[in-house]
Amino acid sequence: MARPDRATTEKYARMVARHAPRPPLLRNVLGAFLVGGAICAVGQLVLGLLLARGLPLKEATTPTSTIMIVLGALLTGLGVYDEVSKRGGMGAALPITGFANSIAAPAMEFRREGLVLGVGARLFTIAGPVIVFAVAAALVVAGFRMLVTGGAGN
Amino acid sequence: MATRRKGQTLFFAGPPTILATAAVVGPREGAGPLAGWFDVVKPDRLLGQKSWELAESKMAEEAVDVALAKAGLQRREIDVLLAGDLLNQIIASSFVARSLDIPYVGLYGACSTMAEAVALGAVLVDGGYADRVCALSSSHHDTAERQYRYPVEFGSQRPPTAQWTATAAGAAVVGPPGAGRVGITHATLGRVVDWGRKDPFDMGSAMAPAAADTIAAHFRDTGRSPEDYDLVVTGDLAAVGHPLTHDLLKERGLDLEGRFVDCGRMLYDETQDAHAGASGCGCSAAVFCGYLMRNLVEGRFKRVLLVATGALHSPTSTQQGETIPCVAHAIAVEGGS
Repeated sequence: MARPDRATTEKYARMVARHAPRPPLLRNVLGAFLVGGAICAVGQLVLGLLLARGLPLKEATTPTSTIMIVLGALLTGLGVYDEVSKRGGMGAALPITGFANSIAAPAMEFRREGLVLGVGARLFTIAGPVIVFAVAAALVVAGFRMLVTGGAGN
Repeated sequence: MATRRKGQTLFFAGPPTILATAAVVGPREGAGPLAGWFDVVKPDRLLGQKSWELAESKMAEEAVDVALAKAGLQRREIDVLLAGDLLNQIIASSFVARSLDIPYVGLYGACSTMAEAVALGAVLVDGGYADRVCALSSSHHDTAERQYRYPVEFGSQRPPTAQWTATAAGAAVVGPPGAGRVGITHATLGRVVDWGRKDPFDMGSAMAPAAADTIAAHFRDTGRSPEDYDLVVTGDLAAVGHPLTHDLLKERGLDLEGRFVDCGRMLYDETQDAHAGASGCGCSAAVFCGYLMRNLVEGRFKRVLLVATGALHSPTSTQQGETIPCVAHAIAVEGGS
């Protein structure tokens, strides 16, 4: 039947579940641990170097993030970061280098459609929703905090 | 009253024949188990073009030219080009047609397009509307990625059910009876089948019921049995959809054990990180135009049923939560005619 009844589609869904391979959970978790840990270790190293050159901690965090973003974008441009992400999963996506990858990849991809309608319009194809909902969540949390504390304290 | 059709299956009288075929593939496909069966293996995925789309079109155009050269024909000796691909508005095919300067019918059957094109080509030749038709289909990993999924360099982890869109093109020149060594005896046109699957990273399980539907229709309409074929070859069901189809057919009393293979499972090997296997219009096109056709011409296979499978969703329909409608078209080809 071209569009069968619900009983058939549900029976088929169970049949598919028996055939479909499961994601290698242990390997993925281990990959995320190693890759995420390695990226964070690099970040710590950069921060340590900046601190050693005399920057106070509060001022050293911003250039650390910037350097990690540049590294993420550079590795994307060199065609390395997608290979890292394939193994690292969330471990590569969650650090700020993953954010850099999500911006640099569309920038490269849509350059061919021009600077305005290509790069400009599509730059935040992937990161856009993250930013939108992060800002929305921040608004809710900040509003909640203001209600509770009355805006006092820092 | 149609006298040369029974159910979903067209019976060709002559039968029309395939004069020549050509398969052009990318580097990953050229490093796979079928490497030796392709006419041209491209060393890089961009083919010296400025975009992935132009690269795909260039590859498809080369497939046409190599097929024509093998048939000893000029471009203008082709009456109609029947072609399709996966891109929005099938631009890869239309750009080929732009440089061929012959009448063109653009087709869209997603990854079933090669069988659809050969079937329609056989109809045109068998009906006396054309002497020589070129059937063409292509896909490109990077054009498909950026259209259906993510930018090429974006890092993501694919589930094991995901398939790898093949960078490949196949062209077949269909001509009158006796002109070529491989005859097209039947074409079974598929219905659109949708068993409620939604996951675009698991197209094999979405397409399996469509494949089973068309294969069952073919055997029912022709009165043939699986033993009449050396091989029944599905297009791109891959490691999940192919065994599912096998089971669905068993439930209908059709046992294809030992003669049932899938182009999507043949194109790459385990080490090539393609997950469930290959997909894309170019997958069945290149495997048919390369591996299957050469074995038919050289007499190792006598009779083959190619069942090309296509998932007819779009990124929009997926985002709107629609299920994936699928289709499979089958062509029966035999050597020595």
